[in-house]
Amino acid sequence: MNDKAELSNASASASMKLIPSGDKKWIILGLIIFVGLFTFPIWYNMLKCSAPIQPVVLSAKAKAAGYCVLPKSEMVSAHMQILDEWRDIVVREGERTYTSPSGKIFTMSLSNTCLDCHNNQAEFCDRCHQYASVKTYCMDCHVNPSKSLKENMQ
Amino acid sequence: MKNFLISLVAIAALWLIPYFAANVAVLKLLIAVIIPYAAVVIFLVGFIYKVIDWSKSAVPFRIPTTAGQQKSLPWIKANNIDNPFTKMGVIIRMLLEVLAFRSLFRNTTMSVSETEHGKRLAYKTEIFLWIGAMAFHYCFLVVVLRHLRFFLDPVPACVQLVEFFDGLMRVEFFSSVFSIGLPGIMMSGLILLAAAIFLLGRRLFNAKVKYISLMADYFPLQLIIAIAISGIFMRHFFKVDLTAVKQLSMGLATFSPVIPTNVGSIFYIHIFLVSMLVMYIPFSKLMHMAGVFLSPTRNLTADTRMNRHINPWNHDVKTHNYDEYEDEFREVMKNAGLRVEKE
Ligand code: HEC
Ligand code: HEC
Ligand code: HEC
Repeated sequence: MNDKAELSNASASASMKLIPSGDKKWIILGLIIFVGLFTFPIWYNMLKCSAPIQPVVLSAKAKAAGYCVLPKSEMVSAHMQILDEWRDIVVREGERTYTSPSGKIFTMSLSNTCLDCHNNQAEFCDRCHQYASVKTYCMDCHVNPSKSLKENMQ
Repeated sequence: MKNFLISLVAIAALWLIPYFAANVAVLKLLIAVIIPYAAVVIFLVGFIYKVIDWSKSAVPFRIPTTAGQQKSLPWIKANNIDNPFTKMGVIIRMLLEVLAFRSLFRNTTMSVSETEHGKRLAYKTEIFLWIGAMAFHYCFLVVVLRHLRFFLDPVPACVQLVEFFDGLMRVEFFSSVFSIGLPGIMMSGLILLAAAIFLLGRRLFNAKVKYISLMADYFPLQLIIAIAISGIFMRHFFKVDLTAVKQLSMGLATFSPVIPTNVGSIFYIHIFLVSMLVMYIPFSKLMHMAGVFLSPTRNLTADTRMNRHINPWNHDVKTHNYDEYEDEFREVMKNAGLRVEKE
């Protein structure tokens, strides 16, 4: 009973605060944060001053050979699928030679074929991958034949 | 069904336009540069306009009946998050709503079932809608974050971390028609597609939901499904030169656009569909991304028993109460023999 009386008293008491609804500033703040996040790439790239992209370097050996496994346009976009296919055929079927559509014969090997011609992994594979944020884990096991054993172990 | 089909035809048209246009040099410029810029401008202007417009509308009276006991007497247990009386409580309620879709989680579905006592009404939680929505939204977020790799150079480690976890699952499949393996699959893309198809299927096969579904419900879902399909196709089946793609997207982000010469039409389809989605957002139900923050049952403190809320646009009404009335007419009243309160 007492509590009830207290409650009705409270609702009539003059100590009640008057609250205006001033939410607009929060809405504007939210909008500013949203636009800031949405345009993040623009100002990130401005602040970072991203270096002009460095073109991949074709090694002397590759240049001398003058051809890749497939035509360049297909290599650029689909080299990982070729590697995947090769891996599957080698590991599961034990077959190690590949004849390209143009009739050239390759040993299906990451280290002994790709990295033999492209013997500059850092300026070729890695440089390109870094730009597109591609992380390959192949080198955890496979060796780069142009590096010493010790470098490969790292 | 008619709405579904009309919007499907629209999506097919949106898919075919860039497919053909990608063969014409001038139209490449249009699709890869002009339309994306236009989409971003329309999105930002439309988004801001919508929210500012909303901010002008009337703030309703605080709604305390939001699935929880309001704070009242000390011996009644109050629910300080579902019916919060502090700003902190409101913030927690809002965070739960935005990050965990709390009210959707509590959504129930009604059904009439036959029991031994005859027909009975039953309410069950509709958990699958919540699961589908959570999967859909979080995968969408991950997909958007992953795409930052095309717009940032150097790519920050946090984006690469997202990519790493997204790509943890390795699946290989070889056949003479197509093979999947490298590049690795990204879970978010597949789950996003599956969840979007589920949400669309719900609208098609659940009669109650189908009845209330409009073109504006089908179209965004179909558009998002088309975007996901084009992206997955591009990643796994119709490979494109990603270096050239990134040169284009970096060009867009640094206001020095270059048009790639040797990128397949699947890329133009993808970027065109995404531009359409971005452009469409301010005019669509997708504005709920901003609207959720303005939901009155989520963002107002339920403190109506503690504070008096005055309607800010109330008129300053001129009153003339009885005391004033008597002051004015006391003499006249007395002369007429009427009783007055103050002599
Ligand atoms: C016989 C030497 C040779 C072998 C083996 C070889 N390549 Fe190549 N590769 C080349 C040459 C030469 C080019 C440049 C082709 C051109 O410019 O037309 C090239 C180009 C490329 C490119 C495109 C680079 C660019 O400029 O954008 C990629 C990617 C590539 N190779 C990857 C591989 C992979 C992966 C393998 C193993 C499956 C491989 N290559 C095996 C010689 C070789
Ligand atoms: C866990 C260690 C490991 C990792 C990581 C790994 N491989 Fe292999 N790979 C092997 C082994 C073992 C063989 C079998 C070698 C043989 O039979 O000659 C092999 C064979 C291959 C072959 C055919 C044989 C050869 O000499 O290259 C290819 C191609 C290949 N892997 C590609 C890849 C690619 C591409 C990646 C990265 C996506 C990768 N591998 C990651 C262990 C690994
Ligand atoms: C022209 C730039 C370029 C060059 C050069 C290049 N790559 Fe790639 N590579 C890429 C891109 C871009 C991807 C990612 C493709 C995607 O995500 O669809 C990729 C992906 C891969 C993948 C699959 C990674 C994954 O887990 O998804 C492997 C393996 C790979 N590259 C190996 C190589 C090797 C080995 C070389 C050097 C012989 C090489 N690449 C050279 C651009 C390049």
